[in-house]
Amino acid sequence: MSGDTEDTGETLGTRGDIWGHCGDIWGHRAAPAAGMSSDLDVFVGNTTLIDEEVYRLWLDGHSVAEAVARRLRGGVLEREGTSVAVLQSDTRDHYRTFQMLERLLHVPPRLLQQLLFQIPPERQALLVQRYYAFDEALARELLGKKLSKGTKKELDEVSARTGVGIRSCRRQFDNFKRVFKAVEELRGPLAENIQQLFLLPPPLARDYAAIVFFANSRFETGKRRLQFLSFADFAACAQSMMGHWSQGALAPEAAEPDGDLPKSFLQDLKELKVLVTDKDLLDQHKSLVCSALRGKISVYNELEASFKALSRALVNVGGKLTHARDVRDFFVDLVEKVIEPCRSDKWSPGDLRLFLTHYTAAPRNLPGFRHQALWERYMAAITACLLRMYHD
Amino acid sequence: MPGKLKVKIVAGRHLPVMDRASDLTDAFVEVKFGNTTFKTDVYPKSLNPQWNSEWFKFEVDDEELQDEPLQITVLDHDTYSANDAIGKVYIDIDPLLYSEAATVISGWFPIYDTIHGIRGEINVVVKVDLFNDLNRFRQSSCGVKFFCTTSIPKCYRAVIIHGFVEELVVNEDPEYQWIDRIRTPRASNEARQRLISLMSGELQRKIGLKVLEMRGNAVVGYLQCFDLEGESGLVVRAIGTACTLDKLSNTSAFLPACNSPSKEMKEIPFNEDPNPNTYSSGPSTPLKNQTYSFSPSKSYSRQSSSSDTDLSLTPKTGMGSGSAGKEGGPFKTLLRQQTQSALEQREFPFFTLTTFPPGFLVHVGGVVSARSVKLLDRIHNPDEPETRDAWWAEIRQEIKSHAKALGCHAVVGYSESTSICEEVCILSASGTAAVLNPRFLQDGTMEGCLEQRLSWQPGFFSIGSEKGEVDFFPQSQDSSSLLGIEEASPPGCGFCHIPYDELNMPFPAHLTYCYNCRKQKVPDVLFTTIDLPVEAIVVGKGCLIQARLCRLKKKAQAEANATSISNLLPFMEYEVHTQLMNKLKLRGMNALFGLRIQITVGENMLMGLASATGVYLAALPTPGGIQIAGKTPNDGTYEQHISHMQKKINDTIAKNKELYEINPPELPEEIIGSPIPEPRQRSRLLRSQSESSDEVTELDLSHGKKDAFVLEIDDTDAMEDVHSLLTDVPPPSGFYSCNTEIMPGINNWTPEIQMFTAVRVSRLSNINPTNQTLNKNFNDLCENLLKSLYFKLRSMVPCCLCHVNFTVALPEDELVQIAVTAVAITYDKNQALQANKAPTEKSQQRASTDNEEQLQFPLELCSDPLSAQPFSPAKEVLEGASSHSGIPAAQRDRCNSWIELIKLKAQTIRRGSIKTTTSLEKASPLAEGYLRHRSVPSCTNSTVSVVKMTPLSFLPGAKITKYLGIINMFFIRETTSLREEGGVSGFLHAFIAEVFAMVRAHVAALGGNAVVSYIMKQCVFMENPNKNQAQCLINVSGDAVIFVRESELEMLPVQPSTAAPQPTSSAGDVTT
Repeated sequence: MSGDTEDTGETLGTRGDIWGHCGDIWGHRAAPAAGMSSDLDVFVGNTTLIDEEVYRLWLDGHSVAEAVARRLRGGVLEREGTSVAVLQSDTRDHYRTFQMLERLLHVPPRLLQQLLFQIPPERQALLVQRYYAFDEALARELLGKKLSKGTKKELDEVSARTGVGIRSCRRQFDNFKRVFKAVEELRGPLAENIQQLFLLPPPLARDYAAIVFFANSRFETGKRRLQFLSFADFAACAQSMMGHWSQGALAPEAAEPDGDLPKSFLQDLKELKVLVTDKDLLDQHKSLVCSALRGKISVYNELEASFKALSRALVNVGGKLTHARDVRDFFVDLVEKVIEPCRSDKWSPGDLRLFLTHYTAAPRNLPGFRHQALWERYMAAITACLLRMYHD
Repeated sequence: MPGKLKVKIVAGRHLPVMDRASDLTDAFVEVKFGNTTFKTDVYPKSLNPQWNSEWFKFEVDDEELQDEPLQITVLDHDTYSANDAIGKVYIDIDPLLYSEAATVISGWFPIYDTIHGIRGEINVVVKVDLFNDLNRFRQSSCGVKFFCTTSIPKCYRAVIIHGFVEELVVNEDPEYQWIDRIRTPRASNEARQRLISLMSGELQRKIGLKVLEMRGNAVVGYLQCFDLEGESGLVVRAIGTACTLDKLSNTSAFLPACNSPSKEMKEIPFNEDPNPNTYSSGPSTPLKNQTYSFSPSKSYSRQSSSSDTDLSLTPKTGMGSGSAGKEGGPFKTLLRQQTQSALEQREFPFFTLTTFPPGFLVHVGGVVSARSVKLLDRIHNPDEPETRDAWWAEIRQEIKSHAKALGCHAVVGYSESTSICEEVCILSASGTAAVLNPRFLQDGTMEGCLEQRLSWQPGFFSIGSEKGEVDFFPQSQDSSSLLGIEEASPPGCGFCHIPYDELNMPFPAHLTYCYNCRKQKVPDVLFTTIDLPVEAIVVGKGCLIQARLCRLKKKAQAEANATSISNLLPFMEYEVHTQLMNKLKLRGMNALFGLRIQITVGENMLMGLASATGVYLAALPTPGGIQIAGKTPNDGTYEQHISHMQKKINDTIAKNKELYEINPPELPEEIIGSPIPEPRQRSRLLRSQSESSDEVTELDLSHGKKDAFVLEIDDTDAMEDVHSLLTDVPPPSGFYSCNTEIMPGINNWTPEIQMFTAVRVSRLSNINPTNQTLNKNFNDLCENLLKSLYFKLRSMVPCCLCHVNFTVALPEDELVQIAVTAVAITYDKNQALQANKAPTEKSQQRASTDNEEQLQFPLELCSDPLSAQPFSPAKEVLEGASSHSGIPAAQRDRCNSWIELIKLKAQTIRRGSIKTTTSLEKASPLAEGYLRHRSVPSCTNSTVSVVKMTPLSFLPGAKITKYLGIINMFFIRETTSLREEGGVSGFLHAFIAEVFAMVRAHVAALGGNAVVSYIMKQCVFMENPNKNQAQCLINVSGDAVIFVRESELEMLPVQPSTAAPQPTSSAGDVTT
């Protein structure tokens, strides 16, 4: 783990009797093993042995001593009738293997090509998958943050808040950053690129795409009023946004990376402002929607009262997306100006869905509105996001 | 004879970043062979260069081809300063030098640097064009095939086993040359690697020449070792067994339908009378139950008399029934004479083989070993390695005379080793004294062989055949006839019978009549260095037994040191022996196989480690228990203590018997016969025996005489010994372990294998060490290591650790290094249980499953122009039996035709020595192509092909279809940043993984998918923690092979090529 390499770097200059540290190849990580008789102790199989339990412990960032303690608690001693020394030796072997594998796990296709470790394909897949799996709580914390050194330094707090071990936090952060760097400049669908470069299963690749998308656009997700939204909510939103708005959604061979929303599209969104700036259009839009929904939703009166505010909010969110600073507020705006008013008016999710459907469809019948295609493309993602986010 | 070596450098991948500024590398490659060097273009700014070079051609003579490795160096081009080396690949092109092995070496090789380890990979294609035609080529030393496998390789048959070949070459160690003071560690390491590679090549070539002189074409059981003598130099020595091998037609070797043609083939040479007239006159060969049971004793006795000629041994027939119990004195003498004549021409009648074709091993005398302590001095003239030669000659002479004392003329399972500390060197040699069947040893002309056959048959038929009269398992009877051959012994016990004169025994031993055949004398325990013969009848399972011993020694210089070591050696040998004996008895077993005693010398101590596989041989008497006797019988508490210990020991024995399923049948007094718990068989045996033998009463005398082994506890030391006896913990349930090829008592292997190497270095840190505390530490070290192996491999349960090979080194004061290489093989538990219930069946199953090809060859020996059999009743019958179904009709037909075949062959023999090779079902060329295609990794394919590695000579559930050549690799790895590489463990872990990777890559490039008979011969680890440095040398070897899963084989289309089971003479293959 990257943290470890730094640690070893620190001990570089110190000279001393290696035997003192010997069982303890990760510097401070392993507790001094009292009474260990073996100075050198290795086991190498022609087929690399992977113990899933130990891998889990390693991924969670436990030191050898902690891992041994946890395995002891797991009752392996009783089951196998072995000794603590054996368990320590075994754990160290696995940790060493994982440490050597880590370099390859950073570039999963190399894991498949390398000759050093003979690992059956299904085991390789498991190694990669587990290595790149992440804690949603942590990912939620980091969503929209710049994946920089500064953020990494704040991981201590994140670790405390989420209960994810600091080593694990760092490793996951590094994964995010590595994936981000790798696909930053690539064209085409983000998730597919990630899947190809990191050999991840499609759902995991999609989650990474969401993380990259958020990191790229730097959406604000940390505000208190956004706390009710989970990582899954945001990931779903990111997917809808990329799906509907990105260049890739229109032409697969698009010039710009999927993580960036196409500038021309965002520029065009300004055209939609006419829906709220033109008084006539706004009124007609309202009457079309209201007439369609009369008797169909329970909150009709509330709808009538708040239509203009809602419409303004929905249209302006899009209009602001050209400015990086305003982009950050995208989700804040949606929650503050759409979700919260609806919630206080006790709209049901069904009500919201009906409203959004008709609200999106209505402008087709507005005389003089020529941006129906753009409008529907815009609203498709907004609708998906809102419906996903509309919960307690 | 000259040849042209062609090399093409295709591409590289994952190269290290050599230019920090650009994070890229400008790589090019130097290809060097002998003194010629070619270079590729520089492929700028890439970590995955595509050189796609032209073919670099080297025109060289064969001596160079054999000695020199191809050296490929990858470098980073630097305009302003010297080019930086990225790493090297050494490719041994020897496998390309004989036509049957690989034709091309092509694939990704790890680029190896002695300081940085593996740094990326390079794709290389290597070919050899030979100017002269193949036939002429094969006359040269290049054509000699080398095998590490210590048995006849699976797809070959041995025509003749010529015997011992040895050679050694010496040189100065580059590490100790003056120039080493000024050159970099990298340069020094590379010089050393290259030198050893050269020396190995030279050694192999020289041995090849010796083999050609003996008119052989192969070396089996090839073992090459390095002695790093430090200041005094570097010795590379090798021993092996020269053979003339014949490749079996690809088909019979691996088509399942005929994969065990063994049994009935074996039968042919012996059952079938060379004189066809007797056959026609004795049509008595009855077919019982549609099986082809061939040896009803009576008719055969008659036959043999009718075939009676003036040949030497025939008079024996007369005593047929009566001579059995008399140990066949004249028999033995004659046999001895014959063998002697065969062996006498040889300076050393030694064989490095550990597994033999049935019938080869007649008797086993016991382990013979010799050690000698020498003082090393500088080798002044590398071209005159006489001193070392003389040392070994001396030791071998000693071994030879030991064997003679045991009434044996040959030594099998022979090996040599050294242990060096400073300027003292212990040379050790050991083996198993044996009496061999001369038939396999001679350049037999047809006549000679016939003669032998004739002469031996009578004895066999009159005595040996009764035993095999089993209706259910015709193959058992076959094998009995097989084994019984020269000696009138039933199968599975013949080799146990003492070869020496019982009135003039070389050492005190309790002799009893064989518990199997009841006719000949056997010792109470048997120690051997060979593998358990497949035909041996074993009760229960085997287990790994180790004796461990430390002896303190005063630090001394030169001669004083050597003297004190030589003084200690006999005591160590004695103690090791006693420990082994005690542990064997503690497990209720009576024989040791694969015994290997290693004595290691260090600065201030000697260590002894003996490993062997204990088994219960049905032929030997049940071991008595261990009795403890105290010296002070009057002391009450002491008495109590003793009896407590006694109880513990008895409990342990009982527990072990249960654990290893040792429950030999209690033979009722009136029944004297084989202890095979197959009532039907036994009674039958009884009957036939009582008819033929009048030794019944005498046998009874020996029965029941079970002498207990008395351990006298006269001081605390002895007490310690007893305690230590009881500290060996049996492996956890689901695990078995052995150091032989196969685990006695387990036969239903499943294909999953895991080969591993474990290394431990431990400090025996005692301020005032005594022998006892050291012993305990050493014992704990070994036990813990085993425990940790069991734990690591727990997911494979039920499984067996096979070929567990411990190597002990004493790198420094108080430091003990133990390296273990073994393979864990899973087996099917349910089947195992079933098999246990029927031990007979079990042993037969094993016999048939193991070494089919190997078993098959006796019939094809020189004496025997008969050929491979087209079908395999053995296996099918077995299957039939296990599935409780009858023998398929087709099988019956085959049996009938088979008899025809025998008759035909009998005629053929008379006519002359035309070798006939028949295969009912030949593998189609298509199949071969298919295999080939599957196993050769394509260069462009990114997925890495799996290469299995195993120290065994076979792969469970698979057929070896081709041997691609020997793998013999030597690597040095050094670091000056030990701590950063994860300390000593991290360093060595990475290095061992790298060695495995390089072995796999070479095998894959040869087109193979496995290494068999893999062995790590050396692992020398040195470190200097204060300088943050460490260095390690590893030497490994094995045989690269192509194997095919049996399950896959079944799916291959079976194309009967020569449809009729007629003896068709294979193209011009005439044996002489």
